[in-house]
Amino acid sequence: MRRFWPLFFLAWPIIAIVWSWLAPYYGWWFHKPAQSPLGQEIDNLFYLILIIVTTVFVGVNMALVYVLWKFSSTTPGEKGTFTHGSHILEMVWTVTPAGVLLFISLYQMDVWARFRMVQTFDKQALAHPLAEVTARQFEWRIRYPAPGRNFKNKAEIDEWLKHPSPDDVYTVNDLHCPANKKVLIHLRTEDVLHSFFIPDLRVKQDAVPGLVIPVWFEASKRNQYDLICAELCGWGHYKMKGRISAESEADFAKYLHALAQRQADDGVPAKVETKEGEGH
Amino acid sequence: MSTLDQTAHSSHDHDDHGHGGHHYHQPSTGEILGAMLTFSRDHKIIGLQFLFTTLIMLMVGGALALGVRWQLAFPFQRMPILGDLFFGSQGGVIAPETYTMLFTMHATVMIFLVIIPILAGAFGNFLIPLMIGADDMAFPLLNALSYWAMLPAIFFFGLSFFYGGGPAGGWTSYPTLSALQTAAPGSGAAQTCWLLAVTLVGVSSMMGSVNYMTTIINMRAPGMTLFRMPLTIWAMFITAILQAFALPVLTAAGFMLLSDRSFGTCFFVPAGIVVNNAAPTVGGGQTLLWQHLFWFYSHPAVYIMLLPAMGMVSDVMSCMARKPIFGYKPMVYSLAAIAGLGFIVWGHHMFTSGMNPALGMSFMVSTMMIALPSAVKTFNWLGTLWGGRIQFNTPMLNAIAFISMFVVGGLSGIFMAAVPVDIYFHDTYFIVAHFHYVLFGSTLFGVFAGITFWFPKMFGRMMNETLGKIHFVITFIAFNGAFFPMHLLGIAAFPRRLADPYHYPSLEHLLSLNQFITISAIVMGFAQFILLFNFFSSIFIGKKCGRNPWNANGLEWSAPSPPGHGNFESLPVIYRGPYEYSSPLTEKDYLMQTEYIPKSSQAAVAPTGH
Ligand code: HEM
Ligand SMILES: [Cu+2]
Ligand SMILES: [Cu+2]
Repeated sequence: MRRFWPLFFLAWPIIAIVWSWLAPYYGWWFHKPAQSPLGQEIDNLFYLILIIVTTVFVGVNMALVYVLWKFSSTTPGEKGTFTHGSHILEMVWTVTPAGVLLFISLYQMDVWARFRMVQTFDKQALAHPLAEVTARQFEWRIRYPAPGRNFKNKAEIDEWLKHPSPDDVYTVNDLHCPANKKVLIHLRTEDVLHSFFIPDLRVKQDAVPGLVIPVWFEASKRNQYDLICAELCGWGHYKMKGRISAESEADFAKYLHALAQRQADDGVPAKVETKEGEGH
Repeated sequence: MSTLDQTAHSSHDHDDHGHGGHHYHQPSTGEILGAMLTFSRDHKIIGLQFLFTTLIMLMVGGALALGVRWQLAFPFQRMPILGDLFFGSQGGVIAPETYTMLFTMHATVMIFLVIIPILAGAFGNFLIPLMIGADDMAFPLLNALSYWAMLPAIFFFGLSFFYGGGPAGGWTSYPTLSALQTAAPGSGAAQTCWLLAVTLVGVSSMMGSVNYMTTIINMRAPGMTLFRMPLTIWAMFITAILQAFALPVLTAAGFMLLSDRSFGTCFFVPAGIVVNNAAPTVGGGQTLLWQHLFWFYSHPAVYIMLLPAMGMVSDVMSCMARKPIFGYKPMVYSLAAIAGLGFIVWGHHMFTSGMNPALGMSFMVSTMMIALPSAVKTFNWLGTLWGGRIQFNTPMLNAIAFISMFVVGGLSGIFMAAVPVDIYFHDTYFIVAHFHYVLFGSTLFGVFAGITFWFPKMFGRMMNETLGKIHFVITFIAFNGAFFPMHLLGIAAFPRRLADPYHYPSLEHLLSLNQFITISAIVMGFAQFILLFNFFSSIFIGKKCGRNPWNANGLEWSAPSPPGHGNFESLPVIYRGPYEYSSPLTEKDYLMQTEYIPKSSQAAVAPTGH
């Protein structure tokens, strides 16, 4: 038994590492590599931390298993080494991790600033918001400005956020956007907290009652992406499913135009659009 | 020196009140169990009351968790036994609103009725006076009340199940879901009961906290200087301070939310919110304010749920490695650092909440820094084992598991502390993996170590070693089987709190992994019956033991097992710290804190430097 336990504690980190190593082959890993430039940087940061963390994990477990192996004893009353510690060791294992941790946190700042600091946002995207997305139990309501509408200044955008224009275009759960371009939405909620989560683009932002939060993203491939509500919003939270469709600039213009036309031409209220939007 | 005199004095005062050596009576098992049914003011009885209650609650919380796991493995299919029993009207199927209730109440029970009260309530109560050489707590009546306040809390949590299917706002109870009665079936009276119950748990914790601080400061036996206290006591002391400073914030926030709900005060509700076609709110409040207040308590609370276990594991480890704690003072300082830093990291739960992004940066740095004292402690535990004579008995195995699991939980925290990476991981199963590695993997294994280590002191009998090891092995394997894959789920963006995630095309393929997790969780759940059986049967049939079955140094081991009312037959005097294992001053491999060694024979050996 004396040798059994060190091996027992050795087995599990080995299994953990092998398991993680194989995970991507079974689909137990990122669904796709990030489909956006900022997302790729987030992935890189993840892999950097993963390397550091795995090194520490392996090191600590090796040390643990070694001491368990080397210093186990079955003789009662046998004496161990009588020592109360080492000043030098304490210094070493305080300062080294401190340096590593400080490095990790400083290294993250830039990506975070670009994701969330409005000052760093793309001017073009800020000036031409793609849409307003309003979360409510349990759907995503989308309001685009009329096709071709140009906002003169920030004040006009603020006004548009407060008071919808008659020519706005509405749809539900299906957000279209041009690919390969930084686009910006204004996120809000009508009732409780929700969270706007597009895993493939590595974007997540809570929708907060009383706040309008600008969120930008850029899809680097023409594709469709899951939009998941990631903040508990009630019993139907699980089915608050949306979709992002990134398409070419021309296709997007066409889509928006058709949407606007259908909405205006026959005078049928947005409800009908809703049905069609959900039907996909 | 003056502190020393004072402690000597206060202990003497208590002696005068009649707990001296004269009428020392060692209770029988029957007397102990009988006293647990009464309003006893004996700290040991209160500790055992907490322990029994929390062990039962552990099984309740576990059953709720199995409900959650069933749904994730077999969504909307009939759950045998438990499903038929509780959701018979739904055909044994867990409805989505039931699912939200299940994870809400699982977390609530585990946090407020198991982990917090088992550490501070059960072990804090049982161990503090015994380990510092006091005859009881400073305020025995307050102490008893702190246990009895738990019962109405349990009552209100229980009552909440009967309204609208139970509270379903998550254990975090974020407004406006939790503030507006119409927001969800469980946001009505159930949420009110929930808030009342949490407040009562807070009242209980606060009474305990005041008591622990006072007792540890004032009632140490002569010679028990601060730096001769066992790390368990340091951890309990620092935990009590954490509670005293953090709890009022939660209590205040709880009352604010209650009044938002009952009187429409709108502390947390902005204007113009329309829920379920109800009239728009008048508002003026801020939902984020709740998150700040809640996490200002609840982040320190995660350390309230860990530090005592760290202390206990240190004691077990030093004893079972027959070696002094490596770096006693760094261990104390790092406990203090964790507690101090713990107050300035709450924002790491709010990186995606919409708070000022500049705050995100500062919270990231402070959060990274809190990993530092955790690392220091880990290295010191390894240092403690190094050069020891390690005995693989049940307490030690659980203590080693604590370290092994704590490393994982600490390291996964680093991913989430990095804000950009947390954008992705927040509210996915990565978080769930993280906190189960720290709360179950560390704290609960620490508790298992504590139970098996101090059981002989509680009842004067040993627990069964074989059953202990079987319980350990199954729990350890099943635990990792259940929780390690959750990291992978998180990396695959599997969100938490979704009743049925599989209708998202990108998550569909994760069902099989979830089934594996659920099977592991079921095994783990059932393994706990082994623990319960071992615990309860050993009370009656365990092998009888003397005062000090582990040959440990701590003061508690110089009292009879089980100790009688007043704990020590005569006032103990303390000559050294609790970790002088393998000291050259003696032939034995341990040296109790109370054992006097004359100066002359001390001089014969080299100075120990302690
Ligand atoms: C090594 C130090 C640690 C770091 C750096 C760390 C970091 C974090 C971060 C950043 C989060 C928030 C993640 C998110 O929601 O996006 C988190 C969540 C959490 N942590 Fe830790 N953590 C550490 C240790 C601990 C410990 C020791 C405990 C408990 C004993 C703990 C318990 C929790 C819990 C319960 C949550 C989730 C709460 C919830 O959302 O329901 N953590 N941790
Ligand atoms: Cu939701
Ligand atoms: Cu925290």
